[in-house]
Amino acid sequence: MFHNLQELRQSPSLATKVFIQRDYSEGTVCRFQIKFPSELGSRIERTLFEDTVKTLNTYYAEAEKVGGQSYMEGCLACATAYFIFLCMETRYEKVLKKISGYIQEQNEKIYAPRGLLLTDPVERGMRVIEVSVFEDRGSSGSSPSSNVSSGISQR
Amino acid sequence: MLHLRVAEPMRECEYSQISTRSSTPMETPYKKRIPKRRKWQAFPGRNKFYCNGRIMMARQTGVFYLTLVLILVTSGLFFAFDCPFLSMQITPAIPVIGGVLFVFVLGTLFRTSFSDPGVLPRATPDEAADLERQIDVANGSSSGYRPPPRTREVVINGQTVKLKYCFTCKIFRPPRASHCSLCDNCVERFDHHCPWVGNCVGKRNYRFFYMFILSLSFLTIFIFAFVITHVILRSHRYGFLNTLKDSPASVLEVVVCFFSVWSIVGLSGFHTYLISSNQTTNEDIKGSWSSKRGKGNYNPYSYGNIFTNCCAALCGPLPPSLIDRRGFVQLDTPQPITPTNGITMYGSTQSQSHMAAATPLLQSEPVILTDEAFLPGRTSLGGPCSGALPLGGHPTPPTSTPNLSCDNDMLPLRNEQSDGLRHHHTDGGHHHFLTPEEAPSPPGMLPCGSPLGHSHTIQGFYNPASQDSLHEDSVRGLVKLSSV
Repeated sequence: MFHNLQELRQSPSLATKVFIQRDYSEGTVCRFQIKFPSELGSRIERTLFEDTVKTLNTYYAEAEKVGGQSYMEGCLACATAYFIFLCMETRYEKVLKKISGYIQEQNEKIYAPRGLLLTDPVERGMRVIEVSVFEDRGSSGSSPSSNVSSGISQR
Repeated sequence: MLHLRVAEPMRECEYSQISTRSSTPMETPYKKRIPKRRKWQAFPGRNKFYCNGRIMMARQTGVFYLTLVLILVTSGLFFAFDCPFLSMQITPAIPVIGGVLFVFVLGTLFRTSFSDPGVLPRATPDEAADLERQIDVANGSSSGYRPPPRTREVVINGQTVKLKYCFTCKIFRPPRASHCSLCDNCVERFDHHCPWVGNCVGKRNYRFFYMFILSLSFLTIFIFAFVITHVILRSHRYGFLNTLKDSPASVLEVVVCFFSVWSIVGLSGFHTYLISSNQTTNEDIKGSWSSKRGKGNYNPYSYGNIFTNCCAALCGPLPPSLIDRRGFVQLDTPQPITPTNGITMYGSTQSQSHMAAATPLLQSEPVILTDEAFLPGRTSLGGPCSGALPLGGHPTPPTSTPNLSCDNDMLPLRNEQSDGLRHHHTDGGHHHFLTPEEAPSPPGMLPCGSPLGHSHTIQGFYNPASQDSLHEDSVRGLVKLSSV
């Protein structure tokens, strides 16, 4: 059984990848389906997983909220002929950084101990949440280990 | 012992990478031979990148230079010849306001042309395999013949929307996304491909595009009005013929502005309508949300009132680019040997043989660019997508490249059938243009549409020879245009 991310990195034995698709029922806003995939049934509790996805959805909703702050940002940017984007980080980018941190934390605390690894959706074009499912240690090291480092590395 | 176990798989990994990449027996397995490449160098779409990935444009940028030249020359002549007289006779605020407008136009133009329009990165092989599995399960076993177009239905705000599967990008396109055949990318909230800005217009750069055409409308009207004023005032004093002799540039400016005004102002009006109803050019042309399709047909993305729609489109949050052009390609994913610029599917060892044919072309592209000497890396050309060129002549010569027309919105309709063939998107027969019945609401104003009746073919082949000749033709075409 894996106990931390380091061990995952050292002995990658990827069994399968599960993809959580986008939920477009509310339009084009970024939302992921909260459906619990069956492949994860034995590895993690349903509530834990669903909480993670719900929290991510909340973060994305915050990033994409059309409200006072985004109007201010938009008007200011327009007034400067959008030159201000050269030096300023947008609100969306700030929230994405928070999301990266959150996913890293979730991986360390919840998923790695269960032999799972979440990949930040931003590295998959916001299409899916990729969950890598690892086998227990002891299998050969010839399986693709690409996802391990890509899942861990932050942009 | 643990150390040994760690070292062994790593060594094996490196050795196997080297053996697939190189055939020389001289290489040792312990050196890392793969240089660090940025993701833009392995980008699978047909885009050009400059400034080490900071700038992203479409493949054909000839018309973009034309737009930039028109704006710079006309404005330059205005500031040089008309402003001195006007600032003395009327007010010095005229060149100041003109200057502000000019800077705004250029700023928004560069933003529109250089930024990522909202390209969706292609699916990783694992994702694609997973989707294929799901589709096979849904369709039952496929028996050799091509299965029906893959779609998924989703209900958005009470309206049923079909999500189409993109065979090129191997993803189900999000709602409002479309695949641009010119750039060979799926773009979110795809509006149209604009040759005048040399880029697609999509979610991330639509507001820049709109501000560009709006400010350009003001600038054009401004210059037009004040050049006329200048000519009239001077004529009162010195006579009309003398005025023309003293300030010949004014005539050129008037001509350019006169023809530009119709197209640019019309386009601004059209896009104002689109923004206020929260539609894309693509949707408007296809009539996706028109009531003619059915009684219960409405736009599920609209916020209900014009003000909110406008604010959301122009002042909504700006999502960052998803393609991470300047990031480094992960070294542990196997990379193909041949250095390419934008052909390989990143993260995959599959290299399409027909894509390999395009390698020489893409490698030679930077050479072509520097020869043109128009590109300090900061140029962004892109006039507004107008149905008619400002010069008012025949819009494009027959030899011009296909992307001089913003006809891409037609292609997604046929993507299901053509995507499987990949590079035979259209042929001359299929290619249909906007007919007057299909034209959107603003009377007679085709949004970046190709002129009716203009014929050309899109060659979807990755044929370096034909691409080269297309490029040459487009340059030749521009020379013809500019000599009008």
